[in-house]
Amino acid sequence: MTLAVNVTAVDKVFNAGRPNQVDALTDVGLQVTAGEFISLIGPSGCGKSTLLRLIADLLQPTAGTIEVNGKSPRQARLDQDYGMAFQQAGLFEWRSVTKNIELPLELKGWDKAKRHDRALEMLELVKLPDRANAMPWQLSGGQQQRIAIARALAAHPSLLLMDEPFGALDEMTREHMQAELLRICAATQTTVVFVTHSIPEAVYLSDRVVVMSAGPGRITSIIPVGLDRSRDEGTREAKRFYDKITEVREALRGSEVGAGGRDDR
Amino acid sequence: MKGVKRKGSLRPLIFGVLALALLLAAWESYRNWIGPWLGTEREVGKVLGFKLLPRANDLAMPSVFDMGREFGKPQVRGSSTSVFQAVAEGTFNSLKLAVAALVLGTIVGIGAAILMARFKVVQRGLMPYLVISQTIPLIALAPLTVTWGGEISFFGFEWQKWTSALVLGAFLSFFPIAVGALRGFNSPDPAALELMDSYASSWWSTWRKLRLPAAVPYLAPAMRLAGSAAVFGVVVSELSVGLTNGVGYLILSYMQEGTSRPAKVFTAVAGTIVLGLLMAAIINAVDRYLTRNRPQEELS
Repeated sequence: MTLAVNVTAVDKVFNAGRPNQVDALTDVGLQVTAGEFISLIGPSGCGKSTLLRLIADLLQPTAGTIEVNGKSPRQARLDQDYGMAFQQAGLFEWRSVTKNIELPLELKGWDKAKRHDRALEMLELVKLPDRANAMPWQLSGGQQQRIAIARALAAHPSLLLMDEPFGALDEMTREHMQAELLRICAATQTTVVFVTHSIPEAVYLSDRVVVMSAGPGRITSIIPVGLDRSRDEGTREAKRFYDKITEVREALRGSEVGAGGRDDR
Repeated sequence: MKGVKRKGSLRPLIFGVLALALLLAAWESYRNWIGPWLGTEREVGKVLGFKLLPRANDLAMPSVFDMGREFGKPQVRGSSTSVFQAVAEGTFNSLKLAVAALVLGTIVGIGAAILMARFKVVQRGLMPYLVISQTIPLIALAPLTVTWGGEISFFGFEWQKWTSALVLGAFLSFFPIAVGALRGFNSPDPAALELMDSYASSWWSTWRKLRLPAAVPYLAPAMRLAGSAAVFGVVVSELSVGLTNGVGYLILSYMQEGTSRPAKVFTAVAGTIVLGLLMAAIINAVDRYLTRNRPQEELS
């Protein structure tokens, strides 16, 4: 069993020693197995996005160690071992859909023909092959987010880091995108670390849900979901799905009471 | 904040022509009817004891029709060149110089903006100089550049009067470009910069693939300011350093015939207006080309 991500005893402090010091993460440990789908869920300020950025080497831990595919996060970033997607699709408006997907490949120095072939392959994967020459502003929000996922996966990274990628979508599109993401990840064998605010989203997508709490940010419990991997729309109505939602909600509530009775859900 | 794209509509053109016609009509009615009625033909008219209203005679306010006729007359008595030819040629010469000045100013301005975006220290250090540079009166600087330039010569290149006009035009136009480009280079979303970081993109790759294209909507209004600055710089330098083949110098030389041919100087003034309009048209074309694939934005 290989570990895609190994986080050990990580602390992250912003503005250390100053009046506005923030203990974003305290003693965080997390092991993600290759091929696993992990969600990070918790109230605002629990450090879930910070944890994601530490794994991505966009931030440095104050203490503790992180390994990605057995390497330092920095090496993993230089090797483009992971792809990233954010709440805003963040497509470059001056580039066509295809050129947006090609961006990470350009930076890797791939030649034009190879880039183009891969971009078309990714468009097939996200089921938008006919929008290859469209400009981003001609796409709907859901389509834009699919292109962002295609871009994140273009270099075939083994790990996908997602920060509330469906947060700006309406409920219908969101559920559709969740099913699509599971299909894509199953097809590409990608490991996913997924930050979300939504309990049903976390339960539906994940093998394990990591529940975090704020002040200081820490992991309070890790809940294995154990839903069938071939989940479909029926899964959303299954009893086990609701049981797990309740379990995560109670874990969140417990952690919030522990954090001083804050309740913003 | 971003530029508004005009569709290829004739409306601005029609309104422009109407505005010009209105201005000329106002000019004509003042000198023909309003002036004489107020009695300002012989002396400057007074309002509440202040001398405010211009004299309505042929010397101070020649008729629009006389100005029109001047275009057809010979440049000087017995010359085969008409005033129209001279003004057109002067305008074209000044336009070439102003476009060259704008190109030079754009290169220098973008270069300065790159340095400022790359190194925060440079931004803090350079910005005060940039601001001060724009407070120096051009008229004072123009003759100096001729003196200084006279001592410069390299690879067979000798400083000419047009070099002074070029440098001064560029000197005026680089500032709005530098400021606009800097804002543009710093405009990308933090998430977009994080995305580039996640690809381990170098600063230069990020500049080329993200910061530079993101700056394009900021460059269009900057170019418009820089374009008129370049025209102004070139025309004023022509006057100041005595560059005789430009339309700016024509104003000076035609002015000397103020008593014999008072309408003549207005032909050169018209040339400078056309010069400004041509510059604006060129910049519009460049803007449209650069933003051809961008979303169209409405004024809000």
